[in-house]
Amino acid sequence: MTTTENVRSEEKFVPIQTRSERPSSFEPADFETPTGREVNWKHSDLKRLAPLLVDEATENIGHDGIRYGVEAIDAAGVLVESTGHEAAVRGEVFTPEDLPAAIAWKQCSNALHIQIPEGKSIGEPLVARLEGLGADIHANAHIIVEALPGSQSTVVLHHTGSAAYAQNVEIIVRDGARLNFISVQDWEDDTVHASAHQARVDSDAYLKHMVVSFGGGAVRVNPSVRLHGTGSETEMYGLAFADSGQHMESQVFMFHEGENTTGNVLYKGALQGKGARYVWIGDVLIGEGANGTDSYEKNQNLVLTDGTRADSIPNLEIKNGNIEGAGHASATGRFDDEQLFYLRSRGIPEDEARRLVVVGFLMEIVQKIGIDEIETRIEALIQEELAAGASLAPAAKAGA
Amino acid sequence: MSVLEIKDLKVSIDTDAGEKEILKGVDLTIKSGEIHAIMGPNGSGKSTLAYAIAGHPRYNVTGGTITLDGEDVLEMSVDERAKAGLFLAMQYPVEIPGVTVSNFLRTAKTAVSGEAPKIRQWVGDVREAMDALRMDPAFQERNVNEGFSGGEKKRNEILQMELLKPSFAVLDETDSGLDVDALRVVSEGVNRVHEANDLGVLLITHYTRILRYIEPDFVHVFVDGRVAERGGKDLAVRLEDEGYDRFLKAGV
Repeated sequence: MTTTENVRSEEKFVPIQTRSERPSSFEPADFETPTGREVNWKHSDLKRLAPLLVDEATENIGHDGIRYGVEAIDAAGVLVESTGHEAAVRGEVFTPEDLPAAIAWKQCSNALHIQIPEGKSIGEPLVARLEGLGADIHANAHIIVEALPGSQSTVVLHHTGSAAYAQNVEIIVRDGARLNFISVQDWEDDTVHASAHQARVDSDAYLKHMVVSFGGGAVRVNPSVRLHGTGSETEMYGLAFADSGQHMESQVFMFHEGENTTGNVLYKGALQGKGARYVWIGDVLIGEGANGTDSYEKNQNLVLTDGTRADSIPNLEIKNGNIEGAGHASATGRFDDEQLFYLRSRGIPEDEARRLVVVGFLMEIVQKIGIDEIETRIEALIQEELAAGASLAPAAKAGA
Repeated sequence: MSVLEIKDLKVSIDTDAGEKEILKGVDLTIKSGEIHAIMGPNGSGKSTLAYAIAGHPRYNVTGGTITLDGEDVLEMSVDERAKAGLFLAMQYPVEIPGVTVSNFLRTAKTAVSGEAPKIRQWVGDVREAMDALRMDPAFQERNVNEGFSGGEKKRNEILQMELLKPSFAVLDETDSGLDVDALRVVSEGVNRVHEANDLGVLLITHYTRILRYIEPDFVHVFVDGRVAERGGKDLAVRLEDEGYDRFLKAGV
């Protein structure tokens, strides 16, 4: 009897690229059309994302590609009237770093702007329901979430339906504010979605940033958080469940810029079915002035069947030695025959064994959402995925 | 009184070079409360016997029978065997990422007994069993076997045996990789469960070391997929002095 190595861990230290020096521009023409060789496109599903690389007018085609269900947010009095390219807040933090983001910037003339008033605490989550109206309709958007000083709130972008959607999300967490931000990709499987989130966290402010992706064909959500103010803090969580034929991607960037900042990144991916793909690239930059930084990032993936692929690439770049701590970890494990046998040998039936492993793995993130409605929805999605996966053979033994 | 009966058991595995017969006709009868030691050199088929009893899919039973109180064990799925009262303490317990020991134990107990254990009683039982095995209660919140040392993995196996209360347990090289303190703690655990539940034990080991702590009623020497010799505890003592050489030479 030989054992199989169930977890392959890698600890990497690869200070090869300087994320902060990545080109940025508001003008699509400044970006070359990606070929797939670029560092930020190398692992992407360029073929399916191609419609989002076309610089074309997207708001004059008879109907919009996305219906924005923001009635509840409007009723809460936190919606700012249409925000044009030159409006004060727009672009304060956000600068496009790739072609779809530059196109989305250009082609979206009215940004959606959610602004939490100064000092205001809003207990109920503010949920924007974004419904895709067709995968054949190219849609572009710029969305601003601005938490004014001392405010506390939770903002959710919940995406459903079919879409070809390039989306910029500009997040500003001003001094002393606390913002929970969650983007849920609950799309139909014909959706292609490229989203760039750029956040700045000011002094003593806190941002919990979450990316939860279950549905969609090619879904690329790249969050970037700049811990700008002294004592600023972020927790960045991600959860992706990639099924057969789904390509999920998150390129995460956490920049410790100010002093005494704290950042924690945890992304988890589950993969099942032929062609399921998950890409996680985690860049952490500890800037020259970032004395007292406390930083950690981790990516864990669970491979449920054969025929999937997970790429996990952590990068840590430290320009200041005077820090509290910095670390990163990456592990991709498989749910294999030996695990199944072990659990079943304790009386646990096969479907229950699979459920136990997957739910256990994913719940660590789900529980951090903290919103009943969303957690319930995610749990239901996990059950759906498990039901779909029950007919698939578990991942073969490593080396078999 | 329960009986686990193995008759003329033949087991093979698929290798790159084709099917290979590992067990070539094994007879063994274990009754409740009895401790049987299976000893033998590496490659003699000891672990194959353990996995065949538990129903590991890699092992093909090509002949013979295994019955538990007359019920055909070979007809049962892996989890049905556990529910019927069989337990395998594995030589290489498997890591289960994302599943805490606590969740795992409760799920297994619920599956084996067909109903969820009463919470207060269960929490007490788990704590007591962990105390006895000198396991830190914080263990419950760790993922099953993930990052466990060799000794921790083996204690975790015995913990499961203690809580699931099987009628027969196969201990596959439970002594391997244990230092003397851990060996004593684990052995005490086995003896405790044996006494409390009238457990029938099939103790598979390469070395006689563990037999100083767990006293066998019967010793079977495995050589080349068969029982080459049977005896009482004194046979183990002889093996300690002589090793397996005389069996190996006889087999040539």
